[in-house]
Amino acid sequence: MKNIWTIASREYKLYFNTPIAYVIMGFILLVLGLIFTIAVNDVALGGGQSPPSVNAIVHGPLAFMLVFAIPAITMRLISEENREGTIELLQTAPVRDWELAVGKWLGATLFIGTIILITLVFPIILNNLVEPGIDQLMMLSGYLGILLVSMAFIALGVAISSLFTSTVAAFFTAMGINLVLWWLIAIPAQLSSPQFAAIWRYLDFGGHYNNSMARGVIELIDLVYFLSVVVVGLLVASVSLETKRWR
Amino acid sequence: MIQVEGLTKDYGPRRAIEDLSFSAQKGEIVGFLGPNGAGKTTTMRILTGFMPPTNGRASVAGYDVVDESIEVRRRVGYLPENVPLYDDMTVWDYLKYMADLHNVEDAEDRIYDIIEVVGMEERTDSYISSLSKGMRQRIGLAQALVHEPEVLILDEPTIGLDPSQIRGVRNLIQEIGKERTVMLSTHILSEAQQICDRVLIINKGHIVAEDTPQNLQSRLAGSQRVAIQVAGDEDGLDKVISGVKGVISASVTSAGVVEFETEAGKDVRPDVARQVIKKKYDLLEMRPLGMSLEDIFLEITREDPAPPDLDDDFEGEEAE
Repeated sequence: MKNIWTIASREYKLYFNTPIAYVIMGFILLVLGLIFTIAVNDVALGGGQSPPSVNAIVHGPLAFMLVFAIPAITMRLISEENREGTIELLQTAPVRDWELAVGKWLGATLFIGTIILITLVFPIILNNLVEPGIDQLMMLSGYLGILLVSMAFIALGVAISSLFTSTVAAFFTAMGINLVLWWLIAIPAQLSSPQFAAIWRYLDFGGHYNNSMARGVIELIDLVYFLSVVVVGLLVASVSLETKRWR
Repeated sequence: MIQVEGLTKDYGPRRAIEDLSFSAQKGEIVGFLGPNGAGKTTTMRILTGFMPPTNGRASVAGYDVVDESIEVRRRVGYLPENVPLYDDMTVWDYLKYMADLHNVEDAEDRIYDIIEVVGMEERTDSYISSLSKGMRQRIGLAQALVHEPEVLILDEPTIGLDPSQIRGVRNLIQEIGKERTVMLSTHILSEAQQICDRVLIINKGHIVAEDTPQNLQSRLAGSQRVAIQVAGDEDGLDKVISGVKGVISASVTSAGVVEFETEAGKDVRPDVARQVIKKKYDLLEMRPLGMSLEDIFLEITREDPAPPDLDDDFEGEEAE
């Protein structure tokens, strides 16, 4: 456990040393800020309009941006170690390969978690602006969903990063997979026959989030789904680190 | 401390090392000598638990490198070839990270000590990307020593350093080697000669010779070669010298210089000197051309007529 924490905290601190992390963080917060300002302005000017939902003005755009941002955060986690040869130091230190994978994942999750935490200012402001306040439980359920989606995307990113020595290849592969899981998978789900459609729908990230937690419905099946994606991703990363030793 | 039996490693169809067996004791500095691609790095990577062997067994500090890999890695300090370091960390943060991964107690004190040992006190807050090659090497060495390992494995520890840095690193290794086991690879023969208690010569994945540097030297130095220099014309000198009893051959190698080879077990230099002076040559110098490890190395590895395998991907893991 200590090893995992050592690796995670190094990765977390390193993000604050690299421009790309600031760029991503700045971009996400800027876009959310703009959307929020416009939406709130409308309410303030329009008076009688119904207040905007947190889901529409914060969670939706945030999830959209994370689909692209997370691959940029995870791309170098292991691929860079492969390329620079520093993986040799880690793999000859008394650290198990799965601890390495989990540590990398946790570091990135803490960083994305920090960004998500900062976005809490928007619902808090909104809560003070509208009467009688926002639906707080629904807002929290949405945040739980965003966090789970991020954890799953990050685990996939770590797995993909472990397979490459090129960070660019890791970025585009991870982004491609995210796009499929978040949007494109809905297409075969609509086209195929009912029994296959159920399978596609089960794999649909967007479905597990938009139709449940985004609406304030927390269901076991969705939690199990995202957590199993995390486990599968980290398993792939561990196995890939292990098999590299044998070549 | 290190026990290796029948170690074999294949990279796909390619055999990097075959049936290596050797051992190293506590307090011994063992040199691993061989041309590029001989299998030095492969052997070291197996000993440090980085990769498993295809066949054979190896144990370090009493633990098997495959079955008890984590225990081995706790007890081994490793400086990989090319010294991979994290460029985006400071010297201090990097050593702290490595110390934490090795569960070092009182890590901060230990890091102060080790930074002093490698002489990097003034650069503790510098980013590693800003360090010179020599400094990187020293940080790599500090990293290998930070958890006070029982066994130290150093892959080409002095490569790319300037002469004074080389001397520093060698002294450091000798100091460490007094109470720990050190295994280092090099292709610089004089280095092995200077600091190692024992030398393993490896070529094409096989150990071709194993002995102390002194024994290796005397083993092949049965006959002696001597160079003699005279002032002025050396005309006829080679004939004079080859006439002396006990001289096998003599030949002019450059103006005023003749080299000759003597029979084993007999020092004929006084006879040669007397003859030369008797024949009215002005003798300037006479010096034995002892066989260096270099000659021995060439002698041993020459048996195979094929040129040495200089292909490097034998050693390095290439990008896919």
